[in-house]
Amino acid sequence: MSVQNLQTFDPFADEGDVLGSTKDVGSQQNYIHIRIQQRNGRKTLTTLQGLPKEYDAKKLLKAFKKEFACNGTLVEDEEMGQVIQLQGDQRLKISNFLTEEGIPKTTIKVHGF
Amino acid sequence: MHEQLKQSDGAGDEGEEDPNAMFGDLKKKKKKKREIPLDLDGEEGSGTSTPTTAPAATEDLDFSDLKKKKKSSKKKAAFDLDAFEKELQAENRNEDGDEEEAGGGQFLLNVDESELGENVFAHSEAPSGLDAGNEAWLKSDRDYTYPELLQRFYASLHASNPALLTSTGKRYVIVPPSLAREGNKKTIFTNITDICRRMHRQPEHVIQFLFSEMGTTGSVDGQGRLVIKGRFQQKQLENVLRRYIVEYVTCKTCKSFDTLLTKENRIFFMTCESCGSRRSVNAIKTGFQAQVGKRSKTKTT
Ligand SMILES: [Zn+2]
Repeated sequence: MSVQNLQTFDPFADEGDVLGSTKDVGSQQNYIHIRIQQRNGRKTLTTLQGLPKEYDAKKLLKAFKKEFACNGTLVEDEEMGQVIQLQGDQRLKISNFLTEEGIPKTTIKVHGF
Repeated sequence: MHEQLKQSDGAGDEGEEDPNAMFGDLKKKKKKKREIPLDLDGEEGSGTSTPTTAPAATEDLDFSDLKKKKKSSKKKAAFDLDAFEKELQAENRNEDGDEEEAGGGQFLLNVDESELGENVFAHSEAPSGLDAGNEAWLKSDRDYTYPELLQRFYASLHASNPALLTSTGKRYVIVPPSLAREGNKKTIFTNITDICRRMHRQPEHVIQFLFSEMGTTGSVDGQGRLVIKGRFQQKQLENVLRRYIVEYVTCKTCKSFDTLLTKENRIFFMTCESCGSRRSVNAIKTGFQAQVGKRSKTKTT
């Protein structure tokens, strides 16, 4: 399983004004948040918020859907930016997936019950 | 120091009396029950000499099972201990599975315990009831062992100085959240005010955190109970609360729970009452909330 977009990431590339883009420094905006929400019945929904700009959310979503065998969408939120939304509780899988792709575990915050 | 002594005491206990006491307690107890008619004077002394609370609890749990076991085993003519033990183990495994099924919800995340900090919901160990004149060695010919004496020492020490128990050891125990179901879609957190009081936190702050973490909403009813939208299990809420405690209650420096949360210039600061350290804590920020339920409902608001 390979995500092309993740491999071509150049760590030395200019990523713009890091602090300028996030309004408050040191807040939880720097984290990648993985949350869970209950839907009706025993159905749940997982959201991934705060994905760094250098990742292509669209491609990531495609990879998630294939890897976890679930459906999902990309939601554009005015405040939170792009949010990946997946059906079911995929929190652990997402977290593992992202860490395997080299995202430090400390920047990933898994919420929920 | 105090704690260490006690721990080593426990370890010594196990080492001396029963090498696999940690997990064998249950088995041993059951075995003993059946062994009694066989040899009355056997190692009965060692069995009763350690009235720890843990085996009592487990025994309680599957008491009916034990009875059943006894009945079924009576049918067997031969005392085939090996087979019996095997059976017991299998049964134990079964029980474990059952427990997991009952306790672990379908959404329960396999959180690593380290993230949650100390389990504050653990029931405080009841002071082991070692009354003077009730010691095990008094009933038998043998001498007392060192761990037994040590246990006796602590029992009498704590009996005469209850303050020691509260100032050290498991002093901060929060009652587990108690939940009730309202209808099919709501959960009522009945003792939230009590828990907040024990944590010295405003219920509003706790509720804000709960809702943000659990991705839901709710309201406080007339009796101060929290009505949460969605179905939640006690264990789930417990995990969220433990995360709250790690983040907003425990002092990072001395691990004390005796802290105060104050708001200055829109920033929350936590001051430790025990060691005086102060740190700022993250503001609770509700993250992205996906729209669930009817779309038309959210559109109009
Ligand atoms: Zn402190």
